[in-house]
Amino acid sequence: MMAITLDSLRTDKRSALIATAAIGILLAVAPFVVGSALGNSWLRILDFALLYIMLALGLNIVVGFAGLLDMGYIAFYAVGAYLYALLASPHFGLHVPVWIIIPAGAVLAGVAGALLGAPTLRLRGDYLAIVTLGFGEIVRIFMNNLNAPVNITNGPQGISSIDPINMGGITLAKPLTVMGVTIPSLHAYYYLFLALTLLIVFVSIRLEDSRIGRAWVAIREDEIAAKACGINTRNIKLLAFTMGASFGGVAGGLFAGFQGFVSPESFNLMESVMVLCMVVLGGMGHIPGVILGGVMLTVLPEFFRHSAGPIQQALFGKILLDPEALRMLLFGLALVVVMLYRPAGLWPSTIRRREFRNGSASDVLKEGE
Amino acid sequence: MDIFIQQIINGLVLGSIYALVALGYTMVYGIMGLINFAHGEVVMIGAMVALFVIKALAGLPVFVTLPLALAAAAGVCMAVGFTIERVAYRPLRRAPKLAPLITAIGVSIILQNLAMLIWGRNYHAFPPILPTSDHEIFGATITSLQIVIIVIAALMMAGLTLLVQRTRLGRAMRATSENPPIAQLMGVNINQIISATFVIGSALAAVAGLMVSANYSIAHYYMGFMLGLKAFTAAVLGGIGNLAGAMLGGILLGIIESLGAGYIGDLTGGFLGSHYQDIFAFFVLIGVLIFRPSGLIGERIAERA
Amino acid sequence: MHSPRISHMTFAVAAALTLIGCSQKEEPKAAAPAPTPAAAPAAPAAKPEVVVKIGHVAPLTGPQAHLGKDNENAARMAIDELNAKGLEIGGAKIKLELVPEDDQADPKQGTIVAQKLVDAKVNGVVGHLNSGTTIPASKLYFDAGIPQISGSATNPKYTQQGFATAFRVMANDVQQGKVLGEYAAKQMAGKTVAIIDDRTAYGQGLADEFEKGAIAAGAKIATREFTNDKATDFAAILTKIKSKKADVIFYGGMDAQGGPMTKQMKSLGIKAKFLTGDGGCTPEYIKLAGAASEGQYCSLPGVPLDQMPGGKAFNDAFSAKYGQIQLYAPYVYDAVMVMVDSMKRANSVEAAKYLPEIGKTDFQGVTAKIQFDEKGDLKGGAISLYQVKDGKWEYRETVGGAAAAPAAEAPKPEGEKK
Repeated sequence: MMAITLDSLRTDKRSALIATAAIGILLAVAPFVVGSALGNSWLRILDFALLYIMLALGLNIVVGFAGLLDMGYIAFYAVGAYLYALLASPHFGLHVPVWIIIPAGAVLAGVAGALLGAPTLRLRGDYLAIVTLGFGEIVRIFMNNLNAPVNITNGPQGISSIDPINMGGITLAKPLTVMGVTIPSLHAYYYLFLALTLLIVFVSIRLEDSRIGRAWVAIREDEIAAKACGINTRNIKLLAFTMGASFGGVAGGLFAGFQGFVSPESFNLMESVMVLCMVVLGGMGHIPGVILGGVMLTVLPEFFRHSAGPIQQALFGKILLDPEALRMLLFGLALVVVMLYRPAGLWPSTIRRREFRNGSASDVLKEGE
Repeated sequence: MDIFIQQIINGLVLGSIYALVALGYTMVYGIMGLINFAHGEVVMIGAMVALFVIKALAGLPVFVTLPLALAAAAGVCMAVGFTIERVAYRPLRRAPKLAPLITAIGVSIILQNLAMLIWGRNYHAFPPILPTSDHEIFGATITSLQIVIIVIAALMMAGLTLLVQRTRLGRAMRATSENPPIAQLMGVNINQIISATFVIGSALAAVAGLMVSANYSIAHYYMGFMLGLKAFTAAVLGGIGNLAGAMLGGILLGIIESLGAGYIGDLTGGFLGSHYQDIFAFFVLIGVLIFRPSGLIGERIAERA
Repeated sequence: MHSPRISHMTFAVAAALTLIGCSQKEEPKAAAPAPTPAAAPAAPAAKPEVVVKIGHVAPLTGPQAHLGKDNENAARMAIDELNAKGLEIGGAKIKLELVPEDDQADPKQGTIVAQKLVDAKVNGVVGHLNSGTTIPASKLYFDAGIPQISGSATNPKYTQQGFATAFRVMANDVQQGKVLGEYAAKQMAGKTVAIIDDRTAYGQGLADEFEKGAIAAGAKIATREFTNDKATDFAAILTKIKSKKADVIFYGGMDAQGGPMTKQMKSLGIKAKFLTGDGGCTPEYIKLAGAASEGQYCSLPGVPLDQMPGGKAFNDAFSAKYGQIQLYAPYVYDAVMVMVDSMKRANSVEAAKYLPEIGKTDFQGVTAKIQFDEKGDLKGGAISLYQVKDGKWEYRETVGGAAAAPAAEAPKPEGEKK
């Protein structure tokens, strides 16, 4: 339903404008509605959801657009977060302003992306997956161990007391007062994250419709044919890694400023897998789908956290199953069920859905070859 | 010198364990081209079931409990493997390639938390299944169980290779792997073959689970994750889909880790130490894959999208 | 780009609205005793009942879930006991209520559940279990003015951030590592010691302090090796240690690794003695290491339970109800008791009122006599050493204690005065 209306929006300019305005208002008031109706913990979850949307959109470029399976994506998030932590904390006594760090994080993560991309250009599918997974682990292990002989990352202890995000002398850590209106810290972070998410969405949409975006899709669909058509597959693939990584770097920097503490355990393999799940579950290569995936996978476990106990209480009058185990069981089940009923993702692009439907009928079982 | 030999033996034992688990990955991958990410959890289920059978039968002689434990573990694992394939993979055979990856992750989470509910959150001590006798080889020690593990890993690889190359079932498996629709036309019931593959892979997992837990005398509901990851790395290193490759990759990985942890610290003057143990494995993996993109003895797959 | 304008306008309006809503809600609920007549049939009619919520956070899923559940059980037991006894604070009957949360040992989840507890307006928080989650969460509690007492976060940073709300009832890594290092060098006659840690914040922190302590006491460090908290195979690093001929092997990490490590030590023919910190000081360690555990050492902050008044009773009651103590249960139990004790002394359950009283605590807990220094660390920090004898941990001696000076101080960060 949603997808259909969205498609009709593309053609009708006026309703598009109305829809944009409606979404804009919705996003603008969301923190206040959520904060007062559900409590600040949900607002914090919303903030994390925005961070994960940025990550998912970045990974979507690599996996969704260019079709390169990257299982170590969280490494770029870590690069961004650690750069922020090192440049704005008492650890080195540096306090570089945020508008330098975040772009620097994007650049550095982009370079890391290219470094990862370069040796893996020849690899495909599952081999690429395991190498990128290894890369992610390598980055994490270095961060965990670079406290000796020279203390760079402070090892497993992590870096604490990181400066909160601070722009033009206004810190987001304390309630802001703008024109007599107080905006609590969590709300301020929300707007900052939202602004950057929108920027990333914008960049993603423009990339998708560009020559580069079409080249990515061409590589995803058939690399040899793409090459034959004159696409410089090497550069285009590297560009996918670089662009995707830079989004992760931005999100990482924001995470460090938001949390005030980074340690290597935040960047483990499971996080990479979760971001990948967001992309695939939402609908690979389809920006609204990926955003939906990011929201779903951040909100769902929290929803189960809040409901696993009370629902049992209501149904059976007592807690039968350990709510925490039940929460994870339901989460696992949700992943399986969604994929079984919507194998192309919750909200796949219409083109892909059509392809999938046609393709599947003719060549049974060809997939997996 | 005895230290060096000891390190090689350490690596060999560790590698055989990786190989045992890696065989299961590679078996499924070889037939279906699918990474069964839940395999590590099946290994864990095998270890847990075996542990509880052994505990329940405490007091009986080992030659009674051990086969029973193994049978129970294999039975449960085969049922679990069969179910996973039916529920989480078969409906997605025509789906985009990443869809089964997500269901596999979902299944892993489910299995882990089910195991936590059933067997509790504690670490369990695994009772010794063989008398602890140490053997000396050139000043290095190895336990009987470790010798058994190395032998079993080798036997399993050989047995599976025979199965795939020499039997009717094996021929059907190869046909399914080559081209499912054509295999079907030739009268192969590919659904049955794929189920059989999963069942065999899961039985292997049960053996691996028992061996791993017995060797380290520990079982825990979370043990499958790291083990699965390492074994998967080993399978890819050797060339995923190739049974001998899984064995080679496993042993190579074990030896690299062992020698890396043992010597890199002294070689680099303390700059790199055993905390980079896991990194050596990945560096070697990346190095190998750069020069041989389909693993050490993996078949060269024709380049296609 | 017109969306910013919209958002400015709308959230100005919305902000104004919610602020009104918020300021009404911010009233401390607990201070104005809300009578709940139906819930307390046994209470004398005149006394109103106040529900006091105490948050508890630990990982309840994931690899450390067994420790997390252990902590939660202890908190629950403390609260049940206090409720059974009947509490009266500030003229009202108090019903304590546990709000258990799972942080999965993940720092991000740690802040989410911390926020959830802040929203739920808990009167105090006990936890978290891991330093990695405790540190980022402590900021949220500090901002909300909610007292936090951890029974197991040992990273010194936790109390060094200058948060007046942060306390712990356990010796930190600096205190414990130093004692262990000296003990290894002197009592265990370790001329050369090998150190292994699991590269977690806890293991590495403890091992670093151990190294300093051992060197200061005259021991030589043969080698420093590393593993991880999910490992089961230690043959490679142990073989290397064997070649270095160490007298003592110290492991900074948990029992799940320490046990198998000891077993593998024996099968590799290593004669060195094994010493580990509180993470390995559990019955599980002995189970996992089997016969190889005989004669090995460990340490626990505080004084042995059966030497403390009430310690044995706690142990018996806990074991009867939840099974064997895993590790930190007694500390968490003490943490709850200290919190409620402070409420009693302040004669208020309101965070702002009883927070200053926590600092003045002088409480006879089941693990130690609890007093806090100005940072919120445990004063004195006695460390007890144990050795395995006949398959049981047997008490050896206690080093340090109430009389000893607090361990090395880091300069106090500014900001606390605010």
